[in-house]
Amino acid sequence: MQVKRVASIKDALSQYMMMIATVLVILFFTIATGGKLLYPQNVNNLIAQNAYVFVIAAGMLLCILTGGNIDLSVGSIVCLVGAIGATMMVKQSLPIWLAIIVMLLAGLAIGVLQGYLIAYIKVPPFICTLAGMLMWRGLSNVVLEGLTISPMPEPFLNLFNSYVPDMIPQTTGLNETAVLIGVLMSGLLLVYKFRERAGRSKKGYENVSLTKELITDLILVALILFFMIELAQYKGIPVILIWVAAILAIYGYITSKTTIGRHLYAVGGNQKATKLSGINTKKVFFFAYANVAFLAAVTAMITMARLNSANPTAGTNYEMDAIGACFIGGASAYGGSGTIGGVIIGATLMGVLNLGMSIMGVDANWQKVVKGAVLLAAVIFDVVSKKKSE
Amino acid sequence: MANDLLEMKHITKVFPGVKALDDVNFIVKQGEIHALVGENGAGKSTLMNILSGIYPYGSYQGDIIYQGEVQKFASIRDSESKGIVIIHQELALVPEMTIGENMFLGVERGHRFNIDWDETYALAAEYLRQVGLNESPHTLIKDIGTGKQQLVEIAKALAKKARLLILDEPTSSLNEDDSRALLDLLLSFKTQGLTSIIISHKISEISYCADTITILRDGATIESLSKGKDDISDNRIIQGMVGRKLTDRFPKRPANRQLGDKALEVSHWTTYHPVYTDKKVVDDVSFYVRSGEVIGIAGLMGAGRTELMMSIFGHSYGTATKGELKIHGQPVALNTPREAIEHKLAYVTEDRKGNGLILSNEVTVNTSLANLKSISNRLNVIDRDKEIHIAKDYVRKLEIKCPSVLQNVDHLSGGNQQKVLLAKWMFADPDILILDEPTRGIDVGAKYEIYTIINDLISQGKSVIMVSSELPEVIGMSDRIYIMNEGRMVGELAAAGATQEGIMNLIQHSKV
Repeated sequence: MQVKRVASIKDALSQYMMMIATVLVILFFTIATGGKLLYPQNVNNLIAQNAYVFVIAAGMLLCILTGGNIDLSVGSIVCLVGAIGATMMVKQSLPIWLAIIVMLLAGLAIGVLQGYLIAYIKVPPFICTLAGMLMWRGLSNVVLEGLTISPMPEPFLNLFNSYVPDMIPQTTGLNETAVLIGVLMSGLLLVYKFRERAGRSKKGYENVSLTKELITDLILVALILFFMIELAQYKGIPVILIWVAAILAIYGYITSKTTIGRHLYAVGGNQKATKLSGINTKKVFFFAYANVAFLAAVTAMITMARLNSANPTAGTNYEMDAIGACFIGGASAYGGSGTIGGVIIGATLMGVLNLGMSIMGVDANWQKVVKGAVLLAAVIFDVVSKKKSE
Repeated sequence: MANDLLEMKHITKVFPGVKALDDVNFIVKQGEIHALVGENGAGKSTLMNILSGIYPYGSYQGDIIYQGEVQKFASIRDSESKGIVIIHQELALVPEMTIGENMFLGVERGHRFNIDWDETYALAAEYLRQVGLNESPHTLIKDIGTGKQQLVEIAKALAKKARLLILDEPTSSLNEDDSRALLDLLLSFKTQGLTSIIISHKISEISYCADTITILRDGATIESLSKGKDDISDNRIIQGMVGRKLTDRFPKRPANRQLGDKALEVSHWTTYHPVYTDKKVVDDVSFYVRSGEVIGIAGLMGAGRTELMMSIFGHSYGTATKGELKIHGQPVALNTPREAIEHKLAYVTEDRKGNGLILSNEVTVNTSLANLKSISNRLNVIDRDKEIHIAKDYVRKLEIKCPSVLQNVDHLSGGNQQKVLLAKWMFADPDILILDEPTRGIDVGAKYEIYTIINDLISQGKSVIMVSSELPEVIGMSDRIYIMNEGRMVGELAAAGATQEGIMNLIQHSKV
């Protein structure tokens, strides 16, 4: 029993390791930059600069769950979808809504193709998506004729780049909407949590202890409020944050609460056992790869809006940033484990590293070295802690 | 003694929770063929793994005296340098490499950075000639049959200058002719002074070639029989292998049980190997099980029992599967595991780690995996609270010992893992349960608990098909026993009055 308790402490430690590391890194940069890291404008930039990582990583996680497989083609899909959309909106002056639908469909079509090849024809994911990476990049250059298309129409930019308006403008330096939404969200969270508890005790199921519940809830509430007040001191809540939060919430829900999520974990944990349990494993692979390409199309729009253009190198290395975020966030390189929560932590850590080092004026090449080292350390940690538990 | 090549003295090997070998003594004379026999799990392979250094010196107690010296092998390389070469049941050949490349894998000829391929292939050809294999050393391993591959393994052993050759079930995947040829080869090597240890389940082969027979049972040496001195008839050997008492190892059968109609009936079932598609793995098999009945499927490893059951369970094994399947009298076609589960069939695999459980997941997740529908709503959202509740229910009912249902199953003992696997399939609510080696690798106490669960299942009117290589278990738990060998049903017995000797004889004499 004693041994098991020690093991569970170790488990808990490895579970929260990256969260602790992220907090430490934030503290480090806050001190090293003399507090500049947490300036409202920088917090805002952190979101705007890294939105693409969060979105693609959410899709990438599903692929990684199925067995440590990755999708290398997403960066090129971002570029191709962007090229198609920009051509429609700018060159052909077609309506924005039509361009958006076509862009999403294009991403989905690529995903369906790659997913079909991987799941049903059994082309190894690495090779299939490597081929995609080359093909879609090449095609996007054909569509763009090697040139950059800009600027994007104003209404399109507003879909991603604007801010939720202030309710009472020109009163204080504070954006009251953001504060109010923060308070509302905190309230909703608490109500949800306590209704869940009540439901459990009503059905005779067990609840975690009230103190534990309160502590985690309070930490969450504090985080939300801190974040919202930070944003309130700048321009308020960026619309992009709403997009990212919605996507993460949806995928967090899918992976943790639905049978399709369960199937993803099961396939990565033991494909044969999953098949013998009556689950269609091919469908699971198909879903993962079709989905990540769809999210790449969403990312394409975010990228176009941020750069205010579609250019032949857009999306370069996006797959690597997403893969890095997943692994730093504790996804297993062998599949079967990893969470959206982990992805959020991984992407945040990467973002903070980028931002912090940029503020400090660290040379861009050294930034790459540091990011690579962090990724390596995270995976070594994952592998070693797994080996110990065997 | 002067002519003893090898003496293993007082060997004891303990695995976590199990004593695999208990004070085993084993003596091999120079120039003999020594057979090591015993039931599955008697400790034969463990003993040979100690001898060949797979379990290094220090991980066991006792001494290995070889050529008059105490040996302390730290690895398989050490034992091979002394001329002890083991050939495992699963051949260790790389299919995509040539015979010559395989033969010198790890001991390449020439320089490390400049392999001498001419020497490699010349030597390979020479050793191939010695084992009487008429193939070019440039042939790829995947292009020759299993019998020839076995000969390549022996040639490879000769290339390592083997003085003591250990063969673990060398004929288990060979046909009659190839087996006989292999044994004759060993006999001819014997005249040239090569000593061999052969592990085999096939009693007739042992009495054909062995000079001495050592019988292991439950990790202990039972006896050694010498040709010419002792009786080494088939019956005598079988008696030595299985001769343990059968008292109260099985719970009482449920009283006044009613056997119902035929719940599952399989007729003329045939399936072929998924890769070697011309190899019949299951050949025209027919059997049935009634409601409330336990049938046992006995046979040796490789008899095709698992393949039969998996092919029935939604064609999970084999190609070109033919045959008729009736569930409660209705003909059905089960093409996927999902369809099999929907027809209230469950297959509890023999390989709980490979095919059964998701080791890196919780007890809860494993319990619900085959029946997620019943804990999720129409939008496929899982009711996590209900899932935990159900898992706790099974943990209590099956007395699964785990600190919490949120525990990952890789931390549980084998017996408890087996119970989680059973829980998973019981939760799928089947009428007919196929239990493949349900007590493999678990201790006696856990076995008894599994037997109790089986009795509970049949008293609820469910049917159980139990595949098992442990004859006492088959006899102790079944109502009827089917015996399979080499893909065919070779006999059917009522459990009352069935004996282990009787079953073994049916298997041995089924070969045509």
